[in-house]
Amino acid sequence: MTSWVVTARGLSLSYNGRPPVLCDLDLRVASGEFFMIIGPNGSGKTSLLRLLAGLIAPEAGQVEILAKPLTSWPRRHLAQRLAVVPQQLPQDFPFTVAETVLMGRAPHLGLLDVEGESDRELARAAMHFTDVTRLADRRLDQLSEGERQRVVIARALCQEPEILMLDEPTSSLDPAHQIQIMDLLSRLRAERGVTVIMVSHDLNLAALYGDRLLLIDRGRTVLCGSPAEVLTAERLSVCYGCTILVDTHGLGGLPRVTPLPASYGGHVVPAEEPSGRRGS
Amino acid sequence: MVDERPLSARLILVTMVLAMVLLVSVLLGLTFGSSDQGGGELLRAFMGTGKTHSLASVIVWRIRLPRVILAATVGATLSLGGLVFQALLRNPLAEPYILGISGGSAVGAITGMLLGFSPFPGMALSAFGGSMLILFLVVGLVAGQTTLGRDSLLLGGVMMNAFCGAIIMSLISITQTSEVHQILFWLMGDLSMCSTERLPVLIAVLPCFTIIFTLARPMNLLLAGRESAAALGVNVRLVSMLLLAVTTFMVSLVVCQSGLIGFVGLIVPHVLRLLLGSDHRLLTPACILGGGAYLILCDLLARTLPTTGEMPVGIVTALVGAPLFILLLWRARR
Repeated sequence: MTSWVVTARGLSLSYNGRPPVLCDLDLRVASGEFFMIIGPNGSGKTSLLRLLAGLIAPEAGQVEILAKPLTSWPRRHLAQRLAVVPQQLPQDFPFTVAETVLMGRAPHLGLLDVEGESDRELARAAMHFTDVTRLADRRLDQLSEGERQRVVIARALCQEPEILMLDEPTSSLDPAHQIQIMDLLSRLRAERGVTVIMVSHDLNLAALYGDRLLLIDRGRTVLCGSPAEVLTAERLSVCYGCTILVDTHGLGGLPRVTPLPASYGGHVVPAEEPSGRRGS
Repeated sequence: MVDERPLSARLILVTMVLAMVLLVSVLLGLTFGSSDQGGGELLRAFMGTGKTHSLASVIVWRIRLPRVILAATVGATLSLGGLVFQALLRNPLAEPYILGISGGSAVGAITGMLLGFSPFPGMALSAFGGSMLILFLVVGLVAGQTTLGRDSLLLGGVMMNAFCGAIIMSLISITQTSEVHQILFWLMGDLSMCSTERLPVLIAVLPCFTIIFTLARPMNLLLAGRESAAALGVNVRLVSMLLLAVTTFMVSLVVCQSGLIGFVGLIVPHVLRLLLGSDHRLLTPACILGGGAYLILCDLLARTLPTTGEMPVGIVTALVGAPLFILLLWRARR
């Protein structure tokens, strides 16, 4: 029997009377799964992740984390089991990389506890994992976007979560660091059984790493399934509003997604950009 | 500049060094003043080796010591208040005086004074009411924005101050008793009016300091934003509400005793942050000790600089603080 670590039923959300961002959305994520949420800009991916992490409350519907309603989790206990890597990182956070990563221990410490040697060791390991050890003494505002991204992932690892939620963690990374982070996430899953839920724009990374993909468009589920099921040329072309070619990789027959430029016969049907929607 | 020592070691070091600074300030504050008694004699009186009923002993024990204690408490409270507001609003320019919290507390206190309330708890409560009202207005003004806008917050505070000033002036204009002089001095921030009997009231700030210290790590996490803090296990709503209430309470309590003393909550946390970094677990005790020392020294200047009489300490802190505020604003704009 599969054990579901994250369950959502009938999630709906709208900001201040605008058209709904999410509409009656269901999902279930199994323990140890690599679950990826994909969809065009403004489809509600980020809002969905924030709802799942309990950072905002839904208008309707319910989220259960580890078989317990989100609303009945004390914040600190939840943070011991669930870590979040947000899309927007603090620009002016006045701490060093080492201090920031160590803050991942906060949910495991009492109010007046001070981080001990074991906490520091975990922080060092997390920094090593994400390749930021040499930046340890730098302040966060002195880093590039990609470096900051890796620091925040290190902080989430330092939290030792069972569930890790990430919002486009690879969007500002070069290919080497993209693969490094994605490999790290799959290693976390393989070695520690961490469940990974990730919002991504990169359909090819989704194909390479995701166990299951949830494709959403305008706040509704289009399809949830394996990469081969979800990533088909016709469905993606309709959803994203441009011509998309899907063929098969030499690597194990995984789908490979290529948006076609006009010179190769592609054309774009821009969906009416939903004004005032936040995030993607 | 990264300190590799564990936090507890740094905490002890910082606390000890600043406690020494505070002690030296206290001794200076006891030794110097408008009386022409020699410093040595006053110090002996303080140590208890002089004659017990000498003039020196009266000056030290009855006049200067209460005043030094008052200055230390007020300085510590205002500095810590500044630190908390800066963390909660994520704005390095936030401070009880600039936000108008002190002004609201003044309106409440003066109203209480004119209505004939006792200094405690009557005036303290009316001051707390006034400052809470202003706090809600200022924070409500910028609420709903994901990051509290620096400019709207400052403008809100300036307007609240102007408004409170107008209310205070109108209260003064309809007052005809001798209280007017008292109110005027108090508006300038004055430590000379506090009577010894009222000092024990200030003990109430100690539990406030303790609560703020226990919330020091959540304050660190809040600097990354409310959602980030929540994801790291902070009950953001509870922590913010508790911090705002406790801080407003202790600020209004000291404003009742000292009047409006501005910019202490700006300059002390800022200097300490430059020296110690941004960890609130260090900054909280540092602000308490350093803020106390700072206001004792400002008060010493206020007592000794004028050739006759003395000036309100609020003038000294404004002369030092206002230029610094402008400098910070200029640097933030770049």
